[in-house]
Amino acid sequence: MEQILRIENIEKYYGSKSSLTKAIDDISFTVQKGEFTAIMGASGSGKTTLLNCISTIDRVTAGHIFLEDTDITALKGKVLNQFRREKLGFIFQDFNLLDTLTAYENIALALSIQKKPAKEIDEAVKHVAEQLGITEVLGKYPYQMSGGQKQRVASARAIVTEPKIVLADEPTGALDSKAAKMLLERFRYLNTEHGATIMMVTHDSFTASYAGRVIFIKDGKIFHEITRGEDSRKQFFDKIIDVVTLLGGDMSDAL
Amino acid sequence: MLFKLSLSNIRKSLRDYAIYFFTLIIGVSIFYVFNAIGGQAAMMKVTESRYDIIQLLSTSLSGVSVFVAGVLGLLIVYASRFLIKRRSKEFALYMMLGMGKGKISAILLVETLLIGIGSLLVGLLAGIGLSQLMSALVANLFEADMTAYRFSISGEAIGKTILYFAVMYLVVMLFNSAVVTRMKLIDLLHSEKKSEQVRLKNPLLCIIIFLLSAAALAYAYYQVGWNAGALTQQKALICIGMGIVSTFFVFWSVSGMFLRIIMSVRNVYHKGLNSFTFRQISSKVNTMVFSMTVICLMLFVTICALCSSFSVRNSLNSNLKEFCAADCELNATQIITDENDRVQYICHDAEELFAASGLSLTDHFREYVHFASYADPAFTMRTVLGDTIEEAMQLAPLLRYDDPREIVSVSDYNAVCKLYGKDTVTLSSDEYILLCNYKNQQNLFNKVLADKPDMTVFGKTLHARYDCCQDGFIDIGAQAMNLGVFIVPDDAVDPACKAIDYVIGNYQAETEEEISAVRTDLKAWCETAQQTWQDAHPGEEIIIAFNTKADIYESAISLGAIVTFLGLYIGLVFLIACGAILSLKELSESVDSIGRYEMLRKIGAEERDLSASLFRQTGLFFLLPLILACIHSVFGLRFASTVLESIGTQQVGASMTATVIIILLIYGGYFLITYFCSKGIVKERK
Repeated sequence: MEQILRIENIEKYYGSKSSLTKAIDDISFTVQKGEFTAIMGASGSGKTTLLNCISTIDRVTAGHIFLEDTDITALKGKVLNQFRREKLGFIFQDFNLLDTLTAYENIALALSIQKKPAKEIDEAVKHVAEQLGITEVLGKYPYQMSGGQKQRVASARAIVTEPKIVLADEPTGALDSKAAKMLLERFRYLNTEHGATIMMVTHDSFTASYAGRVIFIKDGKIFHEITRGEDSRKQFFDKIIDVVTLLGGDMSDAL
Repeated sequence: MLFKLSLSNIRKSLRDYAIYFFTLIIGVSIFYVFNAIGGQAAMMKVTESRYDIIQLLSTSLSGVSVFVAGVLGLLIVYASRFLIKRRSKEFALYMMLGMGKGKISAILLVETLLIGIGSLLVGLLAGIGLSQLMSALVANLFEADMTAYRFSISGEAIGKTILYFAVMYLVVMLFNSAVVTRMKLIDLLHSEKKSEQVRLKNPLLCIIIFLLSAAALAYAYYQVGWNAGALTQQKALICIGMGIVSTFFVFWSVSGMFLRIIMSVRNVYHKGLNSFTFRQISSKVNTMVFSMTVICLMLFVTICALCSSFSVRNSLNSNLKEFCAADCELNATQIITDENDRVQYICHDAEELFAASGLSLTDHFREYVHFASYADPAFTMRTVLGDTIEEAMQLAPLLRYDDPREIVSVSDYNAVCKLYGKDTVTLSSDEYILLCNYKNQQNLFNKVLADKPDMTVFGKTLHARYDCCQDGFIDIGAQAMNLGVFIVPDDAVDPACKAIDYVIGNYQAETEEEISAVRTDLKAWCETAQQTWQDAHPGEEIIIAFNTKADIYESAISLGAIVTFLGLYIGLVFLIACGAILSLKELSESVDSIGRYEMLRKIGAEERDLSASLFRQTGLFFLLPLILACIHSVFGLRFASTVLESIGTQQVGASMTATVIIILLIYGGYFLITYFCSKGIVKERK
């Protein structure tokens, strides 16, 4: 399988010399094309910082991140913006939809920023809306939609540009269990049927159980990693719970 | 502790307060500058009559100051309410920590005090500096001698400014405490969470409303622009009302319609950040239709006030040179109104009147003409107008149609022309010329003269020499005010029907002092002559009118100065009020939109595109009310020029340029400050 993301010994420090916090302390791993990876950890474990570094929103203190063959830690300014809008797709916990735009326009915006012609945009938006089951809400504004619909619109916006990798930060964090399940089903569908590479950060074991691979992070380091293989989701979920228990009490809220 | 908290609050929210503070400073300094004019002008070397005018000017400026204070007060209340709203979260925190509402009010009180004192100090300093510049303008307007001028500070104006602004701040404080007592913790906490509810208006309704408002505006425009003659006060008020309501509905409908139109052009709408930009603008306009209307109307008043005041002043000056062509003019006549309310003249020879008091009128003149005009009781406006009288009565119902028209013989008129240095006229023995330079009256006469009708004067039939009124005048004056004089051949007049005796001439005097002396002399003589005659004819009244170039200049200059200052004063205050409201609104929108820009950045929008989008948003936001105000002004100024016809509205181009410069400076300044501040607000934070 083709390797898409390679993380080499990255470190991220916050604060000054007198009070140094190591948010990420020497993490390395690779992600293959078409993989659905979940990164789990308690609050403060550094999982969101890791995602922010990969998504170029934050900068690493040391180490390198390669997406395909580009070292994204070396990108700056315009090239960085271009890289971000062409190669990455983002999904946030609080949806981050523009409340003044309709669902359709929110999705289309990701393409129009890339200066795609209007005709292409229309086709792409309709296509992706179908995949995520949001065709009927395309004309609505965020405030008229349920949380689940909003998150699916946000997901549509993330994948409509056909990014190399979709990065999701606690995508189910603001959803009720039913909406969360529906969204995750869609993620799995995108992953298995369309070969989308997805990396998501979560502290929720149920959410993580939809992934094909789970990386556990504790205090800025990789603590453990498990892959689903041929297991059913339920079996994989149990395995995750085992690791979480191992991780210690502070993750118990995730059960 | 409270003081420290207030101070740090101000420092922290300096970004929000910057525009507020800036506006207060401008407000204070303008207030000072205009109230200091009286004191400054008093220091200049001006004649006594001009001193009276300056007194009149400062009185009218203080009168307007009350109104201006009202406008500024409303602006300050609006701005402070706005800033309090912005700080809901902060107050919520205080309340959660157990701070009482009284304490919060006290914090706001201290803040208002600090800002008030700061802005007063800075504003007064700026005002004192600016007023030195202003005094140059004052000197120019009053044609005063600046050599005696030195740096001045008007204590009275300072006191007045402090008093007025103290009252305004007091109102703001009361208002703030009222707002604080009504605050609820739950609302404060959730105030920022409320996401905007975008309601797209029904496009069809928008179009209908827009068309209706446009039609109403067009009607009002037509009424004031082309049908002004028939405009009664009631009708004018209806037109103004229609204009205001239509302006509101134009803003109400235009945002929805404009967005729909852009949306339908997919290639434009889905290009770069356009969809975001247009949605932002449309939501901004949507949420402040009322403010937009007020701003648009204030801009309209500003443009009209500035433009007409400048052009009035400009044309006053140029008119003076043309229409005040001799040093003085003396009229002597007796007017009797008969039982039918018709006027009859009894002419009295001026030189004889003066001689009766032992005075020799003509001694004071280097050159002069002395003649009498004639009146034929059978030759009235009614007879002149003939069939067109119905139309004329509709347009000008107040005109006296049954009074005899003035008639002057051609040789008398030519003598006047020679004195004025104008071209003389030639007339055959059976012709007449109608002399008129007052626009409205000209229009009436020209309709009649188009057919070159014959006129019967003193029983003699005369043909029209021209098919329209000729430019010209007999009386000296400040403007084109000749309502119509007939010039007829010398042998056509009946010497028994003299109406008004005229003496027009230039003084036998060279220096300023001599001229002044002659003038005073002649004025006294007129009174003596009138008294002598009145004593001899008890119960009757004679008119000896004495009009001098100096008096005409004085009144014209004073009118020009008062109009200019009032126009500038109101215009400037309105402009800063408009700029401040738009600016505050736009800045707060930017704060609300920080998240949106962050998100756009996350999905890879270029910084340059974001700036361009912000520029367009701010620009259109400022431009929209200005555009409508400009359209209003085109017609408003058209109306103003008909109203100001008598004064003359020449050099409109120059006035327009001056107006545009002032608007660009202030309104444009607010726009630029707003844009750069907004850019700072939504800038990427690392």
